[in-house]
Amino acid sequence: MHVPDGFIDAPVSIAAGVVAAGGIAICLRGARQELDDRTAPMAGLVAAFVFSAQMINFPVAAGTSGHLLGGALAAILVGPYTGALCVAVVLLVQGLLFADGGLTAIGVNITTMSLVTVVVGWVVFRLLTRMLPLTKASVTGSAFVAALLSVPVAALAFVGLYAIGGTSDVSIAKVATAMVGVHVVIGIGEAFITGLTVGAVFAVRPDLVRGVSDRLPKVELRSRATPGTASATPANAEVDA
Amino acid sequence: MSSRISTRTVIIVGAVVALLLAGVVSFYASSAPDGLEKVATDQGISEKEKAHDLDGSPLSDYGTKGVDNERLSGGLAGVAGVAVTFALVGGLVLAVRRSKREETSERR
Repeated sequence: MHVPDGFIDAPVSIAAGVVAAGGIAICLRGARQELDDRTAPMAGLVAAFVFSAQMINFPVAAGTSGHLLGGALAAILVGPYTGALCVAVVLLVQGLLFADGGLTAIGVNITTMSLVTVVVGWVVFRLLTRMLPLTKASVTGSAFVAALLSVPVAALAFVGLYAIGGTSDVSIAKVATAMVGVHVVIGIGEAFITGLTVGAVFAVRPDLVRGVSDRLPKVELRSRATPGTASATPANAEVDA
Repeated sequence: MSSRISTRTVIIVGAVVALLLAGVVSFYASSAPDGLEKVATDQGISEKEKAHDLDGSPLSDYGTKGVDNERLSGGLAGVAGVAVTFALVGGLVLAVRRSKREETSERR
């Protein structure tokens, strides 16, 4: 969904740039609270994973493909502020190093593919997991739904920007219908990748899933130097050496 | 719980998966236009598309300039992208955590 140069006019591109810059500033502040000893090492990995997964275009219909956007995945694993930063860095790297996504459209791309997907993915995931018992199935399913919804909403955000600042005189209704239609299908791919990845991390280290880590049973931190207590320590209690 | 998988293991496994996806699997990715490109072409949006300012740069379009083998060219570009992304976010995380520590110590 990388918008190239020329699709959106200068005023709206600049406005989206301001929104993106403001969003990143808020995220830099918010990430201070999120980046604890668990999240910090995961952030680089999540960004690298999103970059690599975005290279894998999967077919969605005749002559059309799609790829992961990753905002929901990043938000669920490392938190919304850090997650949005991860995806924003991916988009900057793609635009500056790989000529993917126009330089004048970088604000549009960060707004739709980072900020929007992260907000939708995070809010939906938190709402669903709060209503459900904390199991691998519920966490996987919630991540699935959150990711699925994030993609068509991001597509609609692009259509919204195009409605204000689009450079061609086209039917916005037709563009909206076509964009949502194809991105619901791409969203299913996004949902499978996100659900499987979050489910896998939750299965081995539930404390590394930021979106649910606050709901894990809280236990005093114990060092590994006291093996006598280790057997009674739940999976999330230890701190890595 | 000695069976617990360490954060380091999670990071290493994740990094290997990312490198394999970008370095190897990407060769098999669909080259069909993505959802936006398809809609933009169908609806007449793409007529206003401008070429990217950095077309022809060393890694543009996920290829490595000067490497003729398509599989290697794309794979190298992918690995480079994973490494750069990881390093940038890693550096950003360090900077954010440092600024937090400085702010905390100033308050004391």
